[in-house]
Amino acid sequence: MGPSHPSTHGTVKITLKLDGERIVDSQVEVGYLHRGFEKECESGEYYKAIPYTDRLNYASPMINNVGYCLAAEKLFGVAAPIRAQYLRTIACELSRMSDHFTCIGAAALELAALTPFLYCVQAREQIWDLHESLCGARVTTNYVRIGGLQSDLQPGFEEICRAKVAAALRLFGDVDELLTKNPIFRDRMEGTGALPAETLLAYGVTGPLLRAAGVPYDVRRAEPYLVYDRLDFDVPVGASGDNYDRYLVRFAELRQSARIIEQALRDLPDGPVDVEDPRFRWPAKGKVFNRMEELIDQFKLVTEGMRPPAGEVYQAVEGANGELGFYLVSNGTGKPWKCRCRAPSFSNTQALRDMIQGALLADVIPTFDMVNMIGGECDR
Amino acid sequence: MSDGTQQPIEAPRSDPAVLALLRERFPEAVLATHAYRGDATAEVAPASLLEVCTFLRDDPALAFDFLVDVTAVDYIGSVPRFEVVYHLYSLPRNHRVRLKARVPEESPRIASVTSIWRGANWLERETFDMYGIHFEGHPDLRRIYLYEEFQGHPLRKDYPKEKRQPLVTARDVAAPQAARSEARDRERYGRWQ
Repeated sequence: MGPSHPSTHGTVKITLKLDGERIVDSQVEVGYLHRGFEKECESGEYYKAIPYTDRLNYASPMINNVGYCLAAEKLFGVAAPIRAQYLRTIACELSRMSDHFTCIGAAALELAALTPFLYCVQAREQIWDLHESLCGARVTTNYVRIGGLQSDLQPGFEEICRAKVAAALRLFGDVDELLTKNPIFRDRMEGTGALPAETLLAYGVTGPLLRAAGVPYDVRRAEPYLVYDRLDFDVPVGASGDNYDRYLVRFAELRQSARIIEQALRDLPDGPVDVEDPRFRWPAKGKVFNRMEELIDQFKLVTEGMRPPAGEVYQAVEGANGELGFYLVSNGTGKPWKCRCRAPSFSNTQALRDMIQGALLADVIPTFDMVNMIGGECDR
Repeated sequence: MSDGTQQPIEAPRSDPAVLALLRERFPEAVLATHAYRGDATAEVAPASLLEVCTFLRDDPALAFDFLVDVTAVDYIGSVPRFEVVYHLYSLPRNHRVRLKARVPEESPRIASVTSIWRGANWLERETFDMYGIHFEGHPDLRRIYLYEEFQGHPLRKDYPKEKRQPLVTARDVAAPQAARSEARDRERYGRWQ
């Protein structure tokens, strides 16, 4: 199957050894989207890696932006102002919703249910409208900066955000009615792709896949970052860990994300969205053109980059598909010596072989859908 | 702008319990520890890697059941040149540790931890692909992202970013497959001709 197969989203090759329709053995081959993410990051200043991080996962670009910038901030020893932390939280949860819409919509499509896919894409459009309002781009966001954000909110964002999230959830209500009790969908999803929690953990599988198997591991809860410790949300877990549980966990997470966004909008404080320190803050364009100090700051930032002390940090965030981590090594210059991305899709896809062992050929489709391999992130 | 950016590595504010336990159990194998920015880090002798990892996973006070990541860093010009880096996390204890082991340029070899955490399989393959570090005892050490004919290891610092690779012709790669499908065509259509 693959590398380009009509019923898999993502470019991956699965070589299957079959006995009739039963899978005797298989081999999963990744790397079709490898484009040298790390090499590219090492060759530019710290801030130049941010646009590459959105391309890691097109469905949840904001979480990648935030993960990288939090790692860089940990290395530099700066913290973004509290308003920026709240806005990042909102951006992350919007991305998580868009990722789950993509995953569930594509899964339904590949199990031959076209209508839920259209509703999911329509719901995702609502989220991408909000991305556009935040940063001007729908997918390649490049929204977060080291020490802050690209820009503050557009006037009236709060109302638009509440309305669009509600609209997305309404659309998703229709998906719920079409899928959750649908006997064909359940036949394909129930009892397929399950692995015991210990096996998943041994493979380094995280996110909805691990939570569906009953392990409530969520980085937002275990090691709270941004303002997650101030917000009230649940970590949904499943029981059997089959594809249907994975679907239900994603489903429940959508509602939790909406809850988090609502609370963050309610508590959103006033204030700046960038640090005051001119070593990190990008000066406003108008000031760069008209004032000497800001011109100098801008010139120094562009030519030399920001210089962290020598050292190394690892920062994990909860991506839509599991633990997303960035490991940065600095030798004291303006460019990272090493910029490593720990991609959840990579470890999750590794467990695919065990998930489909002994199953029917047709079970590969729902299992692969729920693993939700994102090629950009898996192959880097 | 440059003043204040070249600070020395800050002294650990508190010595994490994980590092204290490790140093106590392996006074010889643990070469150095630090907790820069709160990340507990231990450098271990490569020969004792498996022993240290097994202890980290099995000791109930540590219980590192989740291998988060394996990667390497190329410190070109220093001896030994490469550093293999492991990030571990414990779900029951909710703590992290980073293990590092240096391997020399002339024989970049280290024991594979696949027998301790199954998930090391692809991570080590990736490190092999990108840095050319051999993991001894790995069940299936092949390139993972790049193709077999690729020359060199691209994340090594002496691999230029713009370097081109020789073209691999489709025939070289597809020859056995083409022969197979020809044979099948002969079998299927031969009797009609």
